[in-house]
Amino acid sequence: MKSTRFSLLVNDRKREFVAESDATLLTVLRDSLGITSPKRGCNQGVCGSCTVLVNDRPQRACLTLAATCQDKRVTTIEGFAGDSLMTALQDQFQRCGAVQCGFCTSGVLISAYKLLCESPEPTVKEVKANLSGNICRCTGYQKILDGVLKAAEERRSERESERD
Amino acid sequence: MEQGYLLGGVGQSVPKLENQEKVRGEAEYIADMVLPNMVHAAVLGSPHPHARIVSYDLSEAKAAPGVVAILTGDDIGEGRMGAFIKDEHAIAKNRVRYVGEPVAAVAAETERQAQAAVALIKVEYEVLPSVLSPAEGLAEGAPLLHPEVEDYITVFDSGSKGNLVSRTEFSEGDPDQAFSKAEIIVEGTYTTQAQAHVSIEPCGALADMDGNGKIRLWSANQSVFRVQANVCESLELPMSRVRSMTPRIGAGFGNKMEPHIQPITVALAMKCRRPVKLILSREEDFEIVRARHPFQIYMKTGAMKDGTLVARVCEVLSDCGAYADDSPGVLGYSLLMARGPYNIANVRCEGKLVYTNKIRFGAFRGFGNPQVTFAGEQQIDEIAKRTGIDPIEVRRRNILSEGDPWFLGQEVRSSGLESCINAVEEASEWKKNSGSVGSGGGCRKALGMAITAHISGLLSTGAIVRLLEDGCVVLNTGAVDIGQGSDTVLAQICAETLKMPLDQITVASPDTDGSPYNWGTTASRVTYTTGRAVNDAAEKVANKIKQHAAEIFDCNVEKVELREGGQVGIVGSTEALPFAAISGRAHWAVGGPIIGEASVCYERATADPKRAVVLGLPFPRIGVMSFGALVVEVEIDEITGHVRVSRAWSALDVGRAINPTLVEVQIEGALVQGLGYALFEEMVWDSGRLSNPTLMDYKVPTIVEMPDVIESIIVESPEPDGPFGAKGAGEIGINAVAAAIANAINQATGARHYHLPMTSERVLNGLLSSEPHR
Repeated sequence: MKSTRFSLLVNDRKREFVAESDATLLTVLRDSLGITSPKRGCNQGVCGSCTVLVNDRPQRACLTLAATCQDKRVTTIEGFAGDSLMTALQDQFQRCGAVQCGFCTSGVLISAYKLLCESPEPTVKEVKANLSGNICRCTGYQKILDGVLKAAEERRSERESERD
Repeated sequence: MEQGYLLGGVGQSVPKLENQEKVRGEAEYIADMVLPNMVHAAVLGSPHPHARIVSYDLSEAKAAPGVVAILTGDDIGEGRMGAFIKDEHAIAKNRVRYVGEPVAAVAAETERQAQAAVALIKVEYEVLPSVLSPAEGLAEGAPLLHPEVEDYITVFDSGSKGNLVSRTEFSEGDPDQAFSKAEIIVEGTYTTQAQAHVSIEPCGALADMDGNGKIRLWSANQSVFRVQANVCESLELPMSRVRSMTPRIGAGFGNKMEPHIQPITVALAMKCRRPVKLILSREEDFEIVRARHPFQIYMKTGAMKDGTLVARVCEVLSDCGAYADDSPGVLGYSLLMARGPYNIANVRCEGKLVYTNKIRFGAFRGFGNPQVTFAGEQQIDEIAKRTGIDPIEVRRRNILSEGDPWFLGQEVRSSGLESCINAVEEASEWKKNSGSVGSGGGCRKALGMAITAHISGLLSTGAIVRLLEDGCVVLNTGAVDIGQGSDTVLAQICAETLKMPLDQITVASPDTDGSPYNWGTTASRVTYTTGRAVNDAAEKVANKIKQHAAEIFDCNVEKVELREGGQVGIVGSTEALPFAAISGRAHWAVGGPIIGEASVCYERATADPKRAVVLGLPFPRIGVMSFGALVVEVEIDEITGHVRVSRAWSALDVGRAINPTLVEVQIEGALVQGLGYALFEEMVWDSGRLSNPTLMDYKVPTIVEMPDVIESIIVESPEPDGPFGAKGAGEIGINAVAAAIANAINQATGARHYHLPMTSERVLNGLLSSEPHR
C-alpha cells in the first residue's frame, strides 16, 4: 500500500504524519497519533465507540478514510478539555452512574454533546434518536439517558441564572 | 473533620473511583497498550468444523514482509487447560474442532503484515464428519471430538464418555409418586439459543519475556489468576514464570473469565523474544471466544388445586461446543436452580452436556439460570391459569423463606423474596392491570411476571490492607474490576470498616506477582466473597491501630475506639490521633508496618446427603442466595408480531446495597441484556459456520429498545455473614427477563412460547394460531 502525507487539525493542533493511503481515521488517530479515546469495537460502523467530530459533525472514525479528512478539524474527547457543556455531561455521567466499563463512553459523550449543541433541551425521544448509534452493553441505557437529561437541565439552570 | 469523611462509606452512591479517566478518554484498555519493540499478531482460523491437521506449509508466510515468528500446534507440547476438564491446547494441535479455531498465529512488525502473512499459511486437512447438535453427538456411532476424553484430568466426577462431556443428576423426595397424586400437571419442552456476550471491547492480550525467561502478560480478563493458570497449564510453565496483570477492562459478562488467546500470545512472545500484541476483531471475538449455551429443556411441574407445588422434573440437554470450558459448571448450576425459589418436596433434575463442533460455550451472566427460568416460570403461570389463582398469589404461596433449605439442602439464611414480589406487584399496579389485555390501534398490551434467585459466593479470595506511613491505605485483592465498580465497592467496605474517608484509600491493580489469590470476577461473587475478605483484613488493621493507640495513650486496648475520619481515640474522651500518627509510629516500632491479611473460601455445603441424591456435582460449596422479582409490560403489534417492552419493574434483594447506584445499573443492564436474549439475539450456524459474526448481523439492544420506564427497586435482607449484609447483584437481574416477557406475551395473545428468541415471526404465528385468553 502506498503511503500518503497527512495534515489534520486534531484537537486544535496541526498534525502532520505519513500513513498508508487507505488508512481510516480511527487507525491514524490510534496508531499514528497515539490518541486512543476512540475505540475499535466493531470496525464496521455499528457500535459507535469510535465516534469523533469531523468539522463539528459526529462521524464513525472506523468508516472514515483519513484521506477525506485532510485539513479538516477532528475532535476527540481529549479536545473538549475545559468546554463547559462537555464538562457538564462528564460530571453528570459520573454522578448518574452512566460510566460502567467506559469503552463506549467517549463515543456516547460526543454524540450527546452534539445533540445538546443543537437541541439544548431535548425530549427523551430526541435523546434516544441521537444516541441510537452508540451501543452500550453495560448500563441498559437508563443512566446514560439520565446523564444527558440532567446535563441539559443543569445547563438550563445556568442559562436562567445568567439571565437573572 | 466533620461529616465530609463519611463520604464513601457503605450505602452511599459515590461515583466510581476510575470514572474521571473514563470520561476523559484516558482509561487504558488492552488495545491501547504499547511496549517498545512490540510486534503485532494475527491468527488463522480453521475453515472446517472438524478435521485432522495433516501438515503445515509455512514457507510463503515466513518469507512475507515483516514476519517475525509463526506459531502452530507443532510448537507446543501436550499441556491442556480447562476449568473443569482439561481438554484444550493453547492452539489447535493435530485436530480442529470448530470453524474459526486458531490453527496458526503470526507475529509481524505491523498488524497488517501479520494479517497478510496469515493468509499465506497453507494447512492440509483431512476433513472429518462433524457433530452439530447434542443429539447428533449422543447418537450411536457419532464421530468423536475427543477420543481420549476419559483420560483427561477433571476436577469433579464428570462421567465423561464418548461425546458426553459430563452428566449431573440431583433428586429429593419421590417425584414419580408425587406426580401420581398431583391434581394439575404441566409439561413442555423448551429450547433456548446461543447468545453472544458482545462486550464492546473485543478480547486481546499483550505479552513479553525478559532475559531471565519471566513473562509479563496483560489481557482483557475477569481473573488474572485464571489467565495465569490457563497459560501455565497449556504451555507447561511454572506459575512463577508468568506474571498476569490487567489494564482496564471493557466489560465481560463471563466472556473474559476463562482463556481466549492469552496462551497463543505468550507462546509467540516466547518464540520471538519481543513483546507481542494480539487484538481480536469483532468477527473473531464472535467466532473464537465463547457464548451462552443453547439448552433443550424438558420440564414437568405438578401442583394441587389450591396452587401448592408438589413436584418438578427437569431434564437438560446442553450444547458444550468443542471444549468443556465452564460448561460442566453451567449445567450443574442450572439444575441446582431449576426448582426455582420454591418449596417443592419432590424434585428430580438431570442433565447431559455434549461436545459439538462449534465454538466453546461457557460462562455468561446467569450461568444457565435464564434458560431454566424461562421454562420453570412459564410453568408456574400455567399452573396459575389452571387453578384460577392469580400468578403472583401462586408464587407467594410456594416461595421459600429464611431457614428453608435450597434444593439439595443448603439453608437459606436471608431472603427478601416476598418483599421483592410485593414491591413489583405494587409498583406495576398488578392487581388493577394484570388480568386485562389492553388492545386498540392494532396493539395488545399486557403484564407478565417471573421470580428468581441467584447465588453469590464460590471459591477462594484474599485481601491485603496496608496502612501507609501517612495513614492512607492500599487495598489489594486481586479482583478484576470489569467496569461494574467492584474496586469502588471494595474500597467502600474498607472505608466503612476503618471509618476512614474513601479518598484516602487506593486500590491496587490485580497482579499475580503482587496480589492475593482471587478466583475471579464471576458468580456474582466479588462484593460478597471478596468483600468478606476485605472486611476481615481491615478489621485486623483496625485491631493493630487500636493496639498502638493503647500503647500511646497508656490505656487498656478495650478503651480505644476508631473515630470517623481515620482517627483513633479513648472511649469517652475527645482526645484522638489520626492514623498518620499511628502508622508513622508503627513503621519505626517493634512489630513493624501495619498490614492486615485475610483469606476466605466459601464454606457451606451445597448438598445435604441426608436430603438429596447427588451425582456429578461441580460445586460442592456454592454460595448464598440473592432473590428477585420482575414485572414487565409488553406491547405487541398485531400486524407484525413485534414485541416492545414498554415498562419494567425489577426488584432485587441484594442483602445490603454497598453502592445503590451501582446496584441499579446492574438491574438495568441485566434487564436490557435479557430483553435482547428474550426477543432477538441469536447466533445462527450454517453447517458449522457461524452466519452472523458481526454487529451488523447480530443485533443487540440499542437505546431505542430500552423500555420507556425501568423501575429498579432495591430490597435489603442482610446475609448474616455478608460484608455489612451484602450479597451479589451482578447476574440475577437477567434470569427472569425472558420468562416474564413470555408470560406477558401469553397474557396478550394466548400463545405459549417454548423457543427463544421470541421473534416477531414466532409471536405473530402464536397470535394468529391461538384463541386469545383460552
